[in-house]
Amino acid sequence: MRASFVFTEMGIAIRRNLSMVISVILVTFISLTFVGTAGLLQQQIGSMKTYWYDKAQVAVYLCTATSPKDVCPQGESSKDVQKTVTSRLNSPTLKPYIDTFYFENHDQAYKTFQKEFKNNAVAKYVTPAQLNETFWVKLKDPNQAPIIIESFSGLSGIEQVKDQRSYLDQIFSMLNIASLAAISIATLMLFSAALLISTTIRLSAVMRRREIGIMRLVGASNFYIQLPFILEGVVAGVIGSLLAGGAIVAVVNYFVQGYLVQQLPFTSFVGLADAFALLPGLIAIGGLIAGIAAASSIRRYLRV
Amino acid sequence: MISISQVTKSYRGAPRPALDNVSIEIDKGEFVFLVGASGSGKSSLMRMVLREDLPTAGSIHVLGENLVGIPNRRVPHFRRNLGVVFQDFRLLPNKTAAQNVAFSLEVIGKSRGFITEAVPEVLRLVGLEEKANSLPSELSGGEQQRVALARAIVNKPAILLADEPTGNLDPNTSEGIMDLLNRINLAGTTILMATHDRGIVDKYRKRVIELSQGKIVRDEQGSGYGNR
Repeated sequence: MRASFVFTEMGIAIRRNLSMVISVILVTFISLTFVGTAGLLQQQIGSMKTYWYDKAQVAVYLCTATSPKDVCPQGESSKDVQKTVTSRLNSPTLKPYIDTFYFENHDQAYKTFQKEFKNNAVAKYVTPAQLNETFWVKLKDPNQAPIIIESFSGLSGIEQVKDQRSYLDQIFSMLNIASLAAISIATLMLFSAALLISTTIRLSAVMRRREIGIMRLVGASNFYIQLPFILEGVVAGVIGSLLAGGAIVAVVNYFVQGYLVQQLPFTSFVGLADAFALLPGLIAIGGLIAGIAAASSIRRYLRV
Repeated sequence: MISISQVTKSYRGAPRPALDNVSIEIDKGEFVFLVGASGSGKSSLMRMVLREDLPTAGSIHVLGENLVGIPNRRVPHFRRNLGVVFQDFRLLPNKTAAQNVAFSLEVIGKSRGFITEAVPEVLRLVGLEEKANSLPSELSGGEQQRVALARAIVNKPAILLADEPTGNLDPNTSEGIMDLLNRINLAGTTILMATHDRGIVDKYRKRVIELSQGKIVRDEQGSGYGNR
């Protein structure tokens, strides 16, 4: 086995078939970029989940004068309601589940609102009285929110009990759909990349049928005949996956870390380490798909 | 060396078999002319000795290998003991004479040292040492066939198959190729040569096997081309 010979043959094959090889590289590049994006989205969802789920609380909103009449017939809830809620939260039945809780009155709620909706037109129209007085309850285990919801829903003077995670879940399900979409597109494109590779390799074999014929006559082993073609596919696939890896790293570096992090400072985003962690997987997928497609194609073309 | 026993080869859709119950024994060191009209089955026979095709019935043993039973992965190794030349030379147009010969050694994994020794030597043997660096397009037909012969024998095969090696050459050039084949044969290589060249067969008086419509109609030592 002479490696230099195999690589020379592969080089000749790639040069003769350059436009097809470039198209294979591009298709692999784009499809693996989608795969990488999906991977990044999943990591993003994961890191946001740990970040936000940790902060998420159960909010017990008390009635205001402007609450809907069907849930709050008596209007603004009285001080008694506050006392009832406080004592229930401190009762032995609920206390074991609760980490901390605090009460937020109209003015505090207004301050928080003004801060969160700064630059938003709605901040100008809201008055403190319109904002619910709220008990913010932080649970030891966020999964036990239903216990709080059950114990306070229906209590008079309480407008709503809301697990904040339900908002987050909507965001996460949207991100999940986006990453699913990226994965579906990636699968389709990887499939077309595999077809393109097998066509390219067969074309390459047809262009070199004279050499192949002679190699078979003089008794070159099948492996030796096939190897340059398989390597041709693998090299194209790996170049494509390296480009995809570069694109992923660039997106994380310039868009996520360079732009998103400044725009949304209180969110944890995927970092360069996450992007680099994806690289070996991308290269493996690109190389494997190309190798398998090339091998099966050249094997069908070159029966003894 | 070559033992063909009751071989029949039918191709799908053909009205009669290409080879019909053919049996041939060829011993070490023999020089055999295979003659017959186009379509008589010469090429089918050559293809089967090379294990490019399998017989429909019968058995073929070449160099101790049972070609009907040999697994596909062993075929390349088997072929390394055979040399082949064709009417159309089959040289690589973008490689020089020396590179063409070297290519056949490279692809079976011979060392660089072996190649740099063997290639000039075999080119000298076929009388082409001057043209080692010429491309096939710069060589005459006879010279191209010499390159092809050099490629076929560089690995010192036990058997040389020649499928109409003089078919594209003028009589004088053919004479030169025949001299070369004769010398290769005298050095111990068994030669099976399919040919249409009446002059050559009549001149050399070797064993002649004549095929007609897939059957052997004549198998004589020291014979000529025949009347057909």
